[in-house]
Amino acid sequence: MPAENSHCLNCHANHTYSFFNEWLEVETKRMMNPFYVLDSINYVAGVHGGFSCTDCHSPDYETYPHNAELKLEPLATCIDCHGGDDTYADYQFDKIEEEFQKSIHFQKSGESFTCSKCHDQHYYRATARTSSNVSEIVSYNNNMCLSCHDNALRFETMSSEESPKLSQVHDWLPNQKLHFDKVRCIECHTVVVDSFMVSHNILPKEEALRNCNDCHSSNSMLKASLYKYENLQARSEDGALGALITNEAYIIGANQNPLLKLLSFIIFGLAVIGIAIHWIFRIVKKSK
Amino acid sequence: MTAENNKIYLYPVWLRIWHGINAIGIILLILTGIRLQYSELSLMPMDFSLAVQLHNIFGIIVTVNYFIFFVGNLVTPNKKYYKIKPKGLVKRVTKQVNYYISGLFKGEESPFPISEKRKFNPLQKYAYIFVMYVFVPVAIVTGIALLFPELIIEQVYSVSGVFLTAILHGSVGFLISIFLLIHIYVASIGKNPLDNFRSIVNGYHDVHPSEKNKKS
Ligand code: HEC
Ligand code: HEC
Ligand code: HEC
Ligand code: HEC
Ligand code: HEC
Ligand code: HEC
Ligand code: HEC
Repeated sequence: MPAENSHCLNCHANHTYSFFNEWLEVETKRMMNPFYVLDSINYVAGVHGGFSCTDCHSPDYETYPHNAELKLEPLATCIDCHGGDDTYADYQFDKIEEEFQKSIHFQKSGESFTCSKCHDQHYYRATARTSSNVSEIVSYNNNMCLSCHDNALRFETMSSEESPKLSQVHDWLPNQKLHFDKVRCIECHTVVVDSFMVSHNILPKEEALRNCNDCHSSNSMLKASLYKYENLQARSEDGALGALITNEAYIIGANQNPLLKLLSFIIFGLAVIGIAIHWIFRIVKKSK
Repeated sequence: MTAENNKIYLYPVWLRIWHGINAIGIILLILTGIRLQYSELSLMPMDFSLAVQLHNIFGIIVTVNYFIFFVGNLVTPNKKYYKIKPKGLVKRVTKQVNYYISGLFKGEESPFPISEKRKFNPLQKYAYIFVMYVFVPVAIVTGIALLFPELIIEQVYSVSGVFLTAILHGSVGFLISIFLLIHIYVASIGKNPLDNFRSIVNGYHDVHPSEKNKKS
């Protein structure tokens, strides 16, 4: 990291900061606004880790107290620097922007929903591309979404509505925690486009994927053996009876066979119709 | 004690208690079962893991209860209603079916009126035998197997045993649901739709009230 950053980080990487109060002519120590504290280790690991703070922020920040008008300073977006630049063609910034503009976030919030709302420019790492650890990618990606959807305060900065509780919205999804640990939110919430590494078109909730079979049907064998394994595991941990009753059945609901499902609806329908007809005849007969 | 006026005592206390527990248990199993099986349709606002727990608990209750029924039918006179008589079986069942789909509407009398000797009509009898001695046991055995998956055969040809067991459990649960639907509906056929429900609670059945009332 460039050496000049240490000046800013003296204050912005600590929970307290001190400065010389020129009016009173005393050295003053205060607490730092926790939202303005940067994580310098994460910063260096990010794609822009080699930047000095003033590459993006105004050099006027060198002085403290910062000039109040600096709050109004427009900051560069990803596209301002990366748009149309062949060096990064591989990342398809422009196409991503196009896709993002179709997404529900942009549709509802417009320009104020910037790329930076998900991609913190200080820390962003292209994990999907560089990491070989699936669970790291999943948690990195999902934390981007959770930074709003699991944080009422941050959500409020974007919307006047109350943030719906994710655990309730996904109530129908068994083993939510496991799914959120193992599956990316975008897996269900975007259309996957083959030409993209990461699809950016977050769909309205009505179009989100909820069909278990899309993920679960192809290798039911794997699921079955896992079910057995997990069940035994849980029992040895929680003691026999507790685990018996709370067992997290692996294939519950995911064992749906489309044919049987259709058949079950047909038989149920016929039974109901049969009963209805019989009943109507009984009423007609009685009223005669 | 058995007959007062034109009432007969059909359902002994143990049977009514068994039936009550079974009814509540099965209904809750069906509701939670639907919640689990058709998760993605969001039919019920119930937490998934709560539904799993309830389903397991009521599964165990209904299983224990089943043994009351099974043993009760071995040691009490109630067993006579479940004797299979192959001779003329098809004919008797057909007769009852015909009554339900046409005779009933023509005002004919029930071909197999209820008496102390014959608690069930033939259709009812064989439906009950099938449900109680085939469907419910299969649901119980597969249910226990899913609680103790180590009991299940690893593989049947190339298909996973757990998967087959789950499919069987779901299917038989579905068939029991359909039975229950029809069971409840048929129970409402009587002079008064609530008559039969009253009987299974207080034990007494009114004999031939319909014939008497019809002629007046
Ligand atoms: C003496 C400590 C100190 C130093 C040095 C310092 N800052 Fe700050 N900075 C703060 C404090 C405190 C705030 C909170 C707002 C305020 O008090 O003005 C802040 C706020 C900010 C903000 C947020 C402004 C807003 O309200 O949106 C930015 C951006 C910022 N500083 C950037 C920098 C940069 C870049 C540097 C280095 C060039 C730097 N700061 C150096 C203490 C410091
Ligand atoms: C690649 C560009 C870039 C670099 C380099 C950069 N920042 Fe930022 N910074 C931003 C952007 C963009 C925002 C506004 C984020 C937003 O509004 O969501 C921001 C916001 C801030 C804030 C306000 C708090 C916040 O997170 O919103 C502080 C404080 C800050 N930066 C300090 C620094 C310091 C200190 C450095 C150097 C160590 C630095 N920044 C380097 C782009 C950058
Ligand atoms: C101020 C201009 C600027 C902004 C704003 C900016 N970047 Fe960058 N970015 C750069 C530069 C310059 C590099 C090359 C850094 C290097 O090679 O060390 C870079 C590198 C990257 C890389 C790594 C490329 C590689 O192959 O090494 C990615 C990915 C990236 N940026 C994504 C983003 C995203 C996403 C945003 C918006 C959230 C963004 N950038 C905003 C200037 C910017
Ligand atoms: C709703 C959140 C969200 C928004 C808004 C968003 N992105 Fe992303 N973006 C992601 C996620 C999640 C990833 C995957 C991160 C990872 O693991 O690499 C990603 C990855 C990327 C990548 C890396 C793709 C690759 O091939 O490795 C680029 C480039 C990118 N985004 C650019 C943008 C740009 C430009 C914008 C604004 C037009 C934007 N993003 C807005 C969530 C978002
Ligand atoms: C900066 C905060 C923020 C981040 C980060 C964020 N969202 Fe959102 N999201 C919102 C807000 C606010 C809404 C409500 C709609 C609106 O006003 O934009 C919303 C709405 C949604 C909706 C509901 C759309 C509908 O039909 O109502 C989905 C789905 C969604 N976001 C998924 C995601 C996913 C997936 C990610 C991560 C890739 C993500 N969000 C990241 C703020 C955020
Ligand atoms: C297995 C697929 C799946 C996964 C994984 C998933 N979701 Fe959803 N999500 C859905 C479906 C389907 C809906 C629509 C639910 C409804 O409308 O009843 C939904 C609804 C939402 C909504 C809309 C809430 C509302 O009512 O406005 C948000 C926000 C959301 N999801 C965010 C997320 C986030 C964040 C993650 C990752 C932590 C995530 N989802 C993971 C399938 C999924
Ligand atoms: C986006 C793909 C996806 C969708 C859609 C999906 N799942 Fe999953 N599911 C997974 C993954 C991945 C795992 C984790 C497997 C593992 O590594 O243990 C999982 C795990 C599970 C588990 C827990 C297994 C355990 O170990 O306890 C259950 C139960 C489950 N899924 C059922 C469902 C049901 C029911 C649905 C539909 C309502 C569904 N899933 C939809 C991908 C998905």
